[in-house]
Amino acid sequence: MATTEKVRKLAALARIRVEDAELEKFIREFDAILAYVETVSTVKMSSPESVEEEKPLLRNVMRADGEPHTTGVYTEKIVEQFPAKDGNALSVKQIL
Amino acid sequence: MKKLNEMTIVEAARALRARECTVRDLLDACTAVAQAKNLELNAFLEIFDANESAIASAQKRIDENDASLLCGIPLAIKDNILIEGKIASASSKILENYRATYDAGVIKKLKDAGALFLGRTNMDEFALGGSTENSAFGVTKNPHDISRVSGGTSGGSAAAVAAHITIAALGTDTGGSIRNPASYCGVVGLKPTYGAVSRSGVIAAASSFDQVGPITKTVEDAKVLFDTIRGYDANDSTSIPDALQKVKKKEIRTIGVPRHLFADVLDADMLERFTSTIKNLGFEVKDIEIPSAKPALAAYYIINFAEVSTNLARFDGMRYGLAKRGDTLLDDYINSRTEGFGEEARRRILLGTFVLSSGYIDAYYRKADSARAQLTREFAKAFEEVDIIATPTMPTPAFKIGDKSDPLSLYLEDVFTILANLTGMPAISVPMGFVERENPSTSLGIKKQLPVGIHFSAPHQAEDMLFAIGEKVHST
Repeated sequence: MATTEKVRKLAALARIRVEDAELEKFIREFDAILAYVETVSTVKMSSPESVEEEKPLLRNVMRADGEPHTTGVYTEKIVEQFPAKDGNALSVKQIL
Repeated sequence: MKKLNEMTIVEAARALRARECTVRDLLDACTAVAQAKNLELNAFLEIFDANESAIASAQKRIDENDASLLCGIPLAIKDNILIEGKIASASSKILENYRATYDAGVIKKLKDAGALFLGRTNMDEFALGGSTENSAFGVTKNPHDISRVSGGTSGGSAAAVAAHITIAALGTDTGGSIRNPASYCGVVGLKPTYGAVSRSGVIAAASSFDQVGPITKTVEDAKVLFDTIRGYDANDSTSIPDALQKVKKKEIRTIGVPRHLFADVLDADMLERFTSTIKNLGFEVKDIEIPSAKPALAAYYIINFAEVSTNLARFDGMRYGLAKRGDTLLDDYINSRTEGFGEEARRRILLGTFVLSSGYIDAYYRKADSARAQLTREFAKAFEEVDIIATPTMPTPAFKIGDKSDPLSLYLEDVFTILANLTGMPAISVPMGFVERENPSTSLGIKKQLPVGIHFSAPHQAEDMLFAIGEKVHST
């Protein structure tokens, strides 16, 4: 059962605010949606133990750090997007 | 002769080479129709100004007979695919002012081929939905009946192709987002094999499902566009390395139909259309059982919520996009995210946070992951018996705008399409004719003909089999 407290807790974890007017609606919908997605437990596994074994062997998917682009080629375009800046630095609120 | 904007890629490429029109004529024809029809349809969020140097260079390549089929062809691009210097908002307020700093992998390939970009198309915010009603910038209407949705999430792209505003378009598909609007709008949509097409520069929804693919007027065009955008990209760690690229094609003899999924889901006339389309193809038809297919929809949504909430965590109002400020840094994040995300994005962020939270992750996310593995096994087994698997693309034709305001009822529409995303299989939707529904804009009881699609899925990297059977549907 979704409750006001639970939904507020999730919202705090997810860094969003749920207004009171929306809260009730979300609670109602979450109960219906979660009741539905719980039907996933009806899946019958043909080989219950082997899910992990069947996963393909791990391989390194990270690209080698071999050919970096020239320093600064994207800087101007990226800095242009900053909501607040000081030269090429992004300005944020003081946290300490 | 056909109007320029009504042509397919292949027809337009021929007309350009035969000097029946110039690149400029073709682009102008599409732009003019786009401007005329967009007020009503809302398929485009932005129609771009003509790029003179791209037009000139495409024309030069055609004049020198050194051009690919896509050279000089105007394409519509879904708003979650980055084109350098253009806004890419994923139809969200949080990215309304975000200008792409680089080209997506698929855009690089299309630019190399000489394709032109007509504009960016409307979608459900962050590709969450199935009707384009979740766009922060208004719903896209269906060209066949403007009281109905165009489908989603690539609704703008599909409506633009169906209304002949563009020659073809790109969409993205997370749980059916290319095939669903293709079905509702009566056009062709392909979701390629997971990893076949680069997602570098594509705004992520659910990363283990997302693929970019073509939305076109014909199956032939879908193949042209797919062959251009496919291939390994070092900037997408999930794209299939060249050594593992195996184009699979075998002769189609048997079609498998998981008829057990149809009960309680399909409208009678949808079933009738589907059955007669399959019959006319002339292949052997076998009933197959995919026991996990129904609960797989629940698994799909659990994984979708989890991945969406994770992917959307990066939007915090700090470096780009909407920046709402409060008293503390935490307020800055919360204000930007609360005002920036629409209702469905917030709903899935909360649900995703829930299914991943300690104490629930085993019951939801891990269970869903196991169900996904089981489903994949069942499809592998089915493909030992049949060559291709067919269902209708959607259980119904396009519904009326506002009719599915309850989120769960909209999720249930995806029952056939999500199977290809969970397993990574390629799948195509091809028009299979029309069904009749009442037309609310007349009181005379005149019914409206609405297009519907048939859906085929094939083993990984067997897109050519989908094109082959799709062509057969076209020609019978």
